[in-house]
Amino acid sequence: MQKLVEIASGVSGGTLSASEVVEEYLKRISARESEIHAFNLVTADQARHDAGKIDNDVKAGKKVGALAGVPIALKDNMCTRGVETTCSSKILQGWKPPYDATVVTKLRNAGAVIVGKTNLDEFAMGSSTENSAFGPTRNPHDISRVPGGSSGGSAAAVAAGFAAASLGSDTGGSIRQPAALCGVVGVKPTYGTVSRYGLVAFASSLDQIGPFASDVRDAATLLETISGHDPMDSTSIPQPALSLVSVLDQGVKGMRIGRVTDLPEGCEPDVLERLEAAFDALRSAGATIVDVKLPSLQYCLTAYYLIAPAEASSNLARYDGVRYGNRVDAADLNSMYAATREAGFGEEVKRRIMLGTYALSAGYFDAYYGKALKVRRLISDDFARAYQSVDTILTPTSPSVAFKFGSKTDNPLAMYLCDVFTIPTNLAGHPAMSVPFGVGADSMPVGIQVLASTLGEQVMFKVAAELERAS
Amino acid sequence: MSEVAALPNGWQLIVGLEVHVELATKTKMFSASANRFGDEPNTNIDPVTLGLPGALPVLNKHAIELAMRIGLALNCKVQPCTFHRKNYFYPDLPKAFQITQYDHPLNVDGHLMLPGDVRIGIERAHLEEDTGKSTHFGGASGRIHGSDYSLIDFNRAGVPLVEIVSRPDIRTSEQARQYVAELRSILLAVGASDAKMEEGSMRCDVNVSVHKPGTPFGTRCEIKNVNSIRSVGRAIDYESRRQVDLIESGGTIRQETRHWDDSTGRTETLRTKEDADDYRYFLEPDLVPLVPDQSWIDAVRAALPILPAARRQALAELCGVDKDGESAIVVVERGQDDYVREVISAGGDARRAVIYVQQAFAEQGASPKVSAKDLAALTVLERDSKVTSTQAKTLLTDLIEAGGGDVAAMATKRGFEALDTSAVEAMVDAAIAAEAGAWQKYCNGEEKALGALVGAIMKSSKGKADGKVITALLQAKRP
Repeated sequence: MQKLVEIASGVSGGTLSASEVVEEYLKRISARESEIHAFNLVTADQARHDAGKIDNDVKAGKKVGALAGVPIALKDNMCTRGVETTCSSKILQGWKPPYDATVVTKLRNAGAVIVGKTNLDEFAMGSSTENSAFGPTRNPHDISRVPGGSSGGSAAAVAAGFAAASLGSDTGGSIRQPAALCGVVGVKPTYGTVSRYGLVAFASSLDQIGPFASDVRDAATLLETISGHDPMDSTSIPQPALSLVSVLDQGVKGMRIGRVTDLPEGCEPDVLERLEAAFDALRSAGATIVDVKLPSLQYCLTAYYLIAPAEASSNLARYDGVRYGNRVDAADLNSMYAATREAGFGEEVKRRIMLGTYALSAGYFDAYYGKALKVRRLISDDFARAYQSVDTILTPTSPSVAFKFGSKTDNPLAMYLCDVFTIPTNLAGHPAMSVPFGVGADSMPVGIQVLASTLGEQVMFKVAAELERAS
Repeated sequence: MSEVAALPNGWQLIVGLEVHVELATKTKMFSASANRFGDEPNTNIDPVTLGLPGALPVLNKHAIELAMRIGLALNCKVQPCTFHRKNYFYPDLPKAFQITQYDHPLNVDGHLMLPGDVRIGIERAHLEEDTGKSTHFGGASGRIHGSDYSLIDFNRAGVPLVEIVSRPDIRTSEQARQYVAELRSILLAVGASDAKMEEGSMRCDVNVSVHKPGTPFGTRCEIKNVNSIRSVGRAIDYESRRQVDLIESGGTIRQETRHWDDSTGRTETLRTKEDADDYRYFLEPDLVPLVPDQSWIDAVRAALPILPAARRQALAELCGVDKDGESAIVVVERGQDDYVREVISAGGDARRAVIYVQQAFAEQGASPKVSAKDLAALTVLERDSKVTSTQAKTLLTDLIEAGGGDVAAMATKRGFEALDTSAVEAMVDAAIAAEAGAWQKYCNGEEKALGALVGAIMKSSKGKADGKVITALLQAKRP
């Protein structure tokens, strides 16, 4: 399989045909997609058309972008003009947005070729893609196992070679956890680094778009392309695009790497073994390992499952059958609302809407949502203290390798624990990424999570690149 | 007027007003769609206005500035503020939440002065977005319940609003009317809104309760759909009487929202407190706190025009009229006070100038066609008794119709050439001789007889003699 950077340089240099690249990827999709189900929609015709146009531009001597001819898959919660965007929910089935998300515009401007919209847990709520209304995605390394979630389709698409790279969204780990489970690189950038305009909101204060790629350099290249200030997103940080590729070879000599001594329990030994190996590798490369404490870590999962559902209950209230999406007609307005939302949303979405509505209700707000916001401040304070003595922190991405279908579906709390290591960074708004680092039980991939402080992407990518070299 | 609002048996009325005004911005509060009344339905829309999935709000700087103008004009403190989501389901609320300000509004703690130096506190004046406009068809009430179908126009959705919340400092329905009128003139003066109640760009919710002085305030009812200044007064008069009657007949007031029906002149229950939504307010995560820096606040304050109250005061002092009187109010409201000043600068009589403008310039706007010099000339003709006040009125009409001109020539053309005092005196002497009976009565102290004498002289002068001059001459001649 070719790397994203090889495709882009080949196509822009005229040594590679974008059309041929796209055909090769479409061929791989048709060979294996029925087994994997990474996509809700493969946009083959549009992809061929776009690739042809890039080839013509190259022939005509026109300047093409940094991702010229690169096949990219998009999580199906990013708006694409005129192309169905479903969030893997029945309530939005058939909805075609009249506008492109900012990331989609940036990809198109860079010459990327969008090959399809990938499957997810409905409205990005889940850790296995089993909550998709259109059926689960399977892990390309073992199709009896989940790919993780919620961006399982985007992770699987890269792991299966259906796209050179993809975009996902991460609210509590939805990029990093599936990246770990599928053996690819996944990045959740600093909150505000990548525009959320056109990303269908789950929990607005936590959601962030980021890349999946088969290696660190490709992930860095894609993140450089999609980052930067967007006036359409008020929470977007007013600064230029990130500069990452240039730092990848700088190594970790002299760097201080944090090891969390009070990590929540429940992590499988095979994963912890790989974490130790990662510390060893970085030490060998000249870094120092420093113990840090994050005492509020134990409260993060609880706080997250109040804050995210609270925001979701508000964000998802617009799916009322009045203006777009599916409507179930009924005798009067309130009955129509109820019937539409009863039929349109799946169990997990309903569960979180109810949790969130409750947490925000008069008389309960202070005890639930208010407390959760306090935990959010506490974990930020913990991180701030820790980053006085370290440059980055290493943890597992997921407590276990990819699990079997159905093994956690009857126990929502067990499923929620999948995100125990990833959630704290979302609460703090920090960047974090998952890098494949060998295999664990049943030869399934293990991901190591590299955390950094706000806008610490460069140091984070240096460490990730070092781990990649050592794996 | 205040007699109408006075309640029996020592009951005291307590009123607080919540006034929503649409801001006169070019575009909406959070998107680039036009903010324009009267366009084809659903033409000023976009993903943000429709609350489409993925769309995000971006604050309109001009809306903030207009809101600051309102706050500063109402003597508020302008402070760092945040936005919240107010969550409820309704078809014309596209996101199923309204972005509004909750515990940290932009403007707080102001006041507004009413005639008689009555001070009405302003609790807050905060920014929020408007909803779409629903029209319900079929059914009797014009409301959604019982209707066959409803149509929604989203042109209004996302239009920037400022909600101005008064403290419960209003004690009569007349004060409530004055408050709304004064607020409206301030909004117009600072250019924040066109404040048209009939088009809904200014809307009032009225909170009414009654109590006996010295006891806590009573339970309040909020009245919606009050769409004119006159209705504000009527609704308060009706509602306060209803509450007093209910309490005196042994009932209790329920906290509820009531609907004003202008055709029946009554309020009726819209929803009770128990039916009220739990709005689940929380900080809007798609926006960041708004912290207007002091230099911006200072610049907005410095650019504020002179406000109506100060203009009325200045005009009243200049012209010798009452600052709370009709002529000062009307002339300032029409923005004609500068014009009156020009008339005076051109040598005009101050008091006559303001009264002429008040009475005859309703259609003339802030820059009347009649030049200040021409109107000044007319006031001087009248002041110097070159024409009578009746003649002056006729000439004023001529002047307006002609869009100005040489007033003296107009007077001549009308045959209004002035009678000098000696001519009038001759007429007075003639009348004393002709109406000897009346003159005798007048000399004996019967003041009523004066009228007959003046009338006779006016008639013989064919209206050219000035009544005041005649009266003065007659008084001088009385032994």
